[in-house]
Amino acid sequence: MTVRRLPELLGPAALVLATALLGLAVSVSLQNYFLDTLVKVSIVVALYVFIGNSGVLSFGHIAFVALGVWTAGVLTVPESQKNAIMPGLAHFLLHTNVGNVASLALAAGVGMLFALIVGLPLMRLSGLAAGIATFAVLEIVNNLLRYWQAIGPGLNAFSSVPQTTGIWQAAIGAFICIAVAYAYQRSRFGRQLRAAREDPAAAAAAGISIYGQRLLAFALSGGLAGLAGGIYVHLLPIEVDNVYLDLTFLTLAMLVVGGAGSLLGAVVGALAVSGLDSFLSAAENGVDVFGWHFDLPTGTSVIVVGTLMAVVLILRPSGLSGGRELSLPRRRPRVPDLPKVRAPT
Amino acid sequence: MIVAVLNISWQTLADALSLGGIYALMAVGIGLVFGVLRLVNFAYGQLIMAGAYSIAYASVWGWPAWAGVLLCFGVVLALSMLMDWLVFRPLRGHSPAVMLVATFAIAFLLQSIAVLAFGQLGTIASTIGPLNQPWDIGGVEIRKIAIVSIAVAAFCLVLLQLLLTRTSIGLHMRAAAMDFTTSRMLGVRANRVVGGAVLISGLLAAVSAFMLTGRNPQVTPIFGLDDTIIVLAGVVLGGLTRPIPATLGGFTIGFASGILGGALPTNQSQYLPSFLFGAVIVVLLLRPNGLFTRAAAVERL
Repeated sequence: MTVRRLPELLGPAALVLATALLGLAVSVSLQNYFLDTLVKVSIVVALYVFIGNSGVLSFGHIAFVALGVWTAGVLTVPESQKNAIMPGLAHFLLHTNVGNVASLALAAGVGMLFALIVGLPLMRLSGLAAGIATFAVLEIVNNLLRYWQAIGPGLNAFSSVPQTTGIWQAAIGAFICIAVAYAYQRSRFGRQLRAAREDPAAAAAAGISIYGQRLLAFALSGGLAGLAGGIYVHLLPIEVDNVYLDLTFLTLAMLVVGGAGSLLGAVVGALAVSGLDSFLSAAENGVDVFGWHFDLPTGTSVIVVGTLMAVVLILRPSGLSGGRELSLPRRRPRVPDLPKVRAPT
Repeated sequence: MIVAVLNISWQTLADALSLGGIYALMAVGIGLVFGVLRLVNFAYGQLIMAGAYSIAYASVWGWPAWAGVLLCFGVVLALSMLMDWLVFRPLRGHSPAVMLVATFAIAFLLQSIAVLAFGQLGTIASTIGPLNQPWDIGGVEIRKIAIVSIAVAAFCLVLLQLLLTRTSIGLHMRAAAMDFTTSRMLGVRANRVVGGAVLISGLLAAVSAFMLTGRNPQVTPIFGLDDTIIVLAGVVLGGLTRPIPATLGGFTIGFASGILGGALPTNQSQYLPSFLFGAVIVVLLLRPNGLFTRAAAVERL
């Protein structure tokens, strides 16, 4: 690893660290927004590992987050309370309990395993077919979690999960996601997938198995999404609608606004949109900033975020970061770029 | 008799047929725009939602039913033109994935505007409520709206087929759907074709809004959202690029969900979306270009 490339990892990590430190400095009620933001960073980075590197759209990652939520949630609700919120729970789940860290590891494992199984057939698809198929995965997982009471609370919220996610747990989760994403995109597997993203035909001709590389990225990002889900359920009493279309929209918006092409973009997008969203949500209940009193009607935050996402897509489709990573300037003078040839569409 | 074998009532069959008809119309609406713009309009359901709210509010204000339907057409057409102008036009030429995410954003935007303006609870379109009453046909009770929507859908589809095959704008549209660049070189006016497609797609949205409101007069901000998701899957199932496969895909998924919803016992019909989307995945894997298309040539560079 060259020193010049270090900012690619350290930049996003520093942003997360700054967010965590800021979260420690503010009052307890405000801290929740920072905790939520850190979890969103994890989810968006998980999304980025697949969507950013492969260029294939996935609407299905929130399904892996939901599975992480279910895994970590079901295994950590105290045994005495399992019957109350999960009356139909299968017998072996009723008497199995694990600790905080083990539940997170299992959440990541379940997310990865499920993504691998789903990806085996699905990664043959690309473009719109992949978008619709991953959407179908989201719908199926949501439908099953909603009604199948043997594996979880169904429509009830995970109300008595121990709230072990504090600033540090949330920040460490985000660090893990960023580190994995960085290690992956610097590895030969990540490079192969990026090559396939830029030019599938040339990549295939160079001997890259596009299917295999996509599957690897899908499983990896499914694991990170599961981990993020586990961290999420230890933060809030989550119910099935919290990990469905709204979260899919919000996290995709974050990735797109930041720029899906780079790790920096994913983190910046998550922080920027989450910050804006948190501020507006707070303003919906009335907030004072520098002597100005804001009191916005409920629902404003979604409208602003939606508008922002549409505007960024139209004016700057590569996002705020423009798909670039942070890096130190090169020592040698740059070779001028060859004129780009436009591929016929 | 199929009906007797599968143990489904005539009511279920008629309902399934009418749902298939409505979904077929929505599928054409989505497919036409995709054909010329290569854009999957996720916000189509919100057009329908806006149309349904127009009918509902017209009935709250005491307007007669025809005025409500007229308002529905006006609002939906205006909104789809606005969408074309503000969103589709600047996005032309971007990758399909970017455009899909953009319309995803528009969908959520419109939905949250509806929550803000009309509230979560919903409004009832009582003027067209009587359409939900059953008709007695030879001892079999069938909801009026089912028959109306089968008839309207069939009429619209025939009209559309005539438009696409017998008029010059229809020919232009089909040419543009096949190869936009080449057809422009041959004298097809891009803006006219795109405008036509958006207009027809808007008209179909208004018709679907009317019929969906007839089926379910309770209009909420998420009205039409589930339907659109299912239709989108159906359109991809059938084959996106051509109107007839898209229509068939929409009809098939509507009919299938109607029949399954009626035939399965309640404790299984709650898993209906899983069956439906499971089938979607299977079909996508077996025939990525769609069920009702001929094997398409692999896209070359």
